Amino acid sequence: MQSLILTTTTRLLAALLLMFSIYALLRGHNLPGGGFIGGLIGATAFILYTIATSVDEARAALRIDPSNLAILGVGVAALAGLGAGFAGDPFFTGQWLFLFQDGDSYIPLSTVLVFDIGVYMAVFGGILTLVFAMEQEI
Amino acid sequence: MSWLLVYPIIIPLLTGVLAYLFRNSPAGRWISVAGTVALLMASIMLMAEVLEQGVVAAQMSNWQAPFGITLVADLLGGVMVVITAITGLATVIYTLSEIPERMERLGFHALLQMLMVGVVGAFLTGDLFNLYVWFEVMLISSFGLLVLGGTREQLDGGIKYVMLNLVSTIMFLAGIGLLYGLTGTLNMADLHLAVRGVENTGLLTTIAVMFMVAFGVKAAMFPLFFWLPASYHTPPVAVSAIFAGLLTKVGVYALIRMFTLIFDQDVAFTHTILLWLAVVTMVTGVLGAAAMNDFRRILSFHIISQIGYMVLGLALYTPLGLMGAVFYLVHHIIVKANLFFVAGVAKRIAGSTDLARIGGLYAHAPLLAFLFLIPAFSLAGFPPLSGFWAKYVVVKAALDLEMWFVAGVALGVGLLTIFSMTKIWGSAFWPAHPDGIKPRLSDLPTFDRVALMLPIVALAALTCLIGLFPEPFVQFAERSANQLLDPTDYVTTVLGVQP
Repeated sequence: MQSLILTTTTRLLAALLLMFSIYALLRGHNLPGGGFIGGLIGATAFILYTIATSVDEARAALRIDPSNLAILGVGVAALAGLGAGFAGDPFFTGQWLFLFQDGDSYIPLSTVLVFDIGVYMAVFGGILTLVFAMEQEI
Repeated sequence: MSWLLVYPIIIPLLTGVLAYLFRNSPAGRWISVAGTVALLMASIMLMAEVLEQGVVAAQMSNWQAPFGITLVADLLGGVMVVITAITGLATVIYTLSEIPERMERLGFHALLQMLMVGVVGAFLTGDLFNLYVWFEVMLISSFGLLVLGGTREQLDGGIKYVMLNLVSTIMFLAGIGLLYGLTGTLNMADLHLAVRGVENTGLLTTIAVMFMVAFGVKAAMFPLFFWLPASYHTPPVAVSAIFAGLLTKVGVYALIRMFTLIFDQDVAFTHTILLWLAVVTMVTGVLGAAAMNDFRRILSFHIISQIGYMVLGLALYTPLGLMGAVFYLVHHIIVKANLFFVAGVAKRIAGSTDLARIGGLYAHAPLLAFLFLIPAFSLAGFPPLSGFWAKYVVVKAALDLEMWFVAGVALGVGLLTIFSMTKIWGSAFWPAHPDGIKPRLSDLPTFDRVALMLPIVALAALTCLIGLFPEPFVQFAERSANQLLDPTDYVTTVLGVQP
């Protein structure tokens, strides 16, 4: 299906959705959001793009095979758990680093976030693997 | 120290990730081999620690039990992880020759590694909900392995397999929910204490039976075994072998764990059901095998029959009975995987697994014939092989309780096992090949010959080793049985200093 309205809007919406998915990922630890929901939103952007153009173009735009991305996500999440070993803690203990501490304001970095990024990649890649496969069948 | 429990889970996981990323190049399969070797080393390290300490436990993320996720290895859990690693390594080496490149490109090795993640996780977890998650990991990856390649026969077997297993999983989950509502905890060590304070013992017994059904399906016990012979003969032989060795045994392990640690309140009721189910399972399995005419189908039915012996050991609920169950579990994984490997080689050189269409293996491949006899006789319980000691202990336990009928059935099933093994021998090995083919091992390329025969030789050697020097293994099984019957050590290690 070719629709000028859909293709034009998709360019705008896909970018917005991707940006919003990163936002949802980053605010996830203490507020609603996180890797799973972020990954779903991110996948929506590419699904929209697939509908507006074609599977091949969406694959080209993604550059990396989505199933590889998904399994990499599993690996990243596992590595986040291994990070605790360097601090001498049991597996998956969260490690925190507070940057630029100034009174109450700081940037918290943690292995929990790395884990969430892994989940994001796994969900994002997994959903797109399914959608691409099904779109190609149809 | 807590990391020793993590390695056996994380190594196959990361191996799976790498093997998938390199699935299009030969590196993928060698990563899989290397990862499984590492898994074997990690599991031996864990076993050494368990032998020294008795029980090893670790709290993930530093959340104390019973709130966090606990990993725990006692003697039974430890030895199961070692056996998983051994079977896994044998399977991975076997796949080097058997699995076509087309299937490797679809991520075969990643699925195989994920299967091992699930199996090892199920053996090491100390949390009931976590056990459910590992069962799911196992189910999904095994379904993937079963249908990979996508022939009609595979899909047919795969659907039956996944449907029945899903029913069992839902039953398991419902049981977990009820148990949590009753006790407010899912940590297995904590549950051991909590169920003692439960007033509604009727509900507790109901939950126990729900778990029995759920794990009974996984273990392929009567009357819920029909998914197994419907699916196990369809995938590549290496996949059948690891399924036959490990998957049903996870169900048996879960039964042993649950019905010694948690559901030991109403033994007269629950274990009597288990006893009669075990007897019927033994008989139906072996009769089913007698009616089959396909190498792998006969072996599939024998899995069911042998499961009966293990559950029988548990159901007798004496130190000797449990000792037999543990011994049987370990012996059977080695022997059964090995028989499937032999069936695979027979298929490769003689062209089929249908007994009517092959032959001549004894005349032209005497080494294979000899290597078939070792696990086959061990399965039937010939001295001095490992199966003899396993059967001997279980039957002795039944005789000690003066259960003459049960002991008689167990011995009779052993006889019928010999009958099926003779049938395989009498049509695949002894007579000439109906098409006049000469199935020689030396016709295989050298690399394939080594990759196919190495696992068979190694597992056969292990069977002989257990059979000829049973003393340390029997002592180990005895220690393990005592640990299962008196879980004080398990509970205190998991919960820390609490009673």
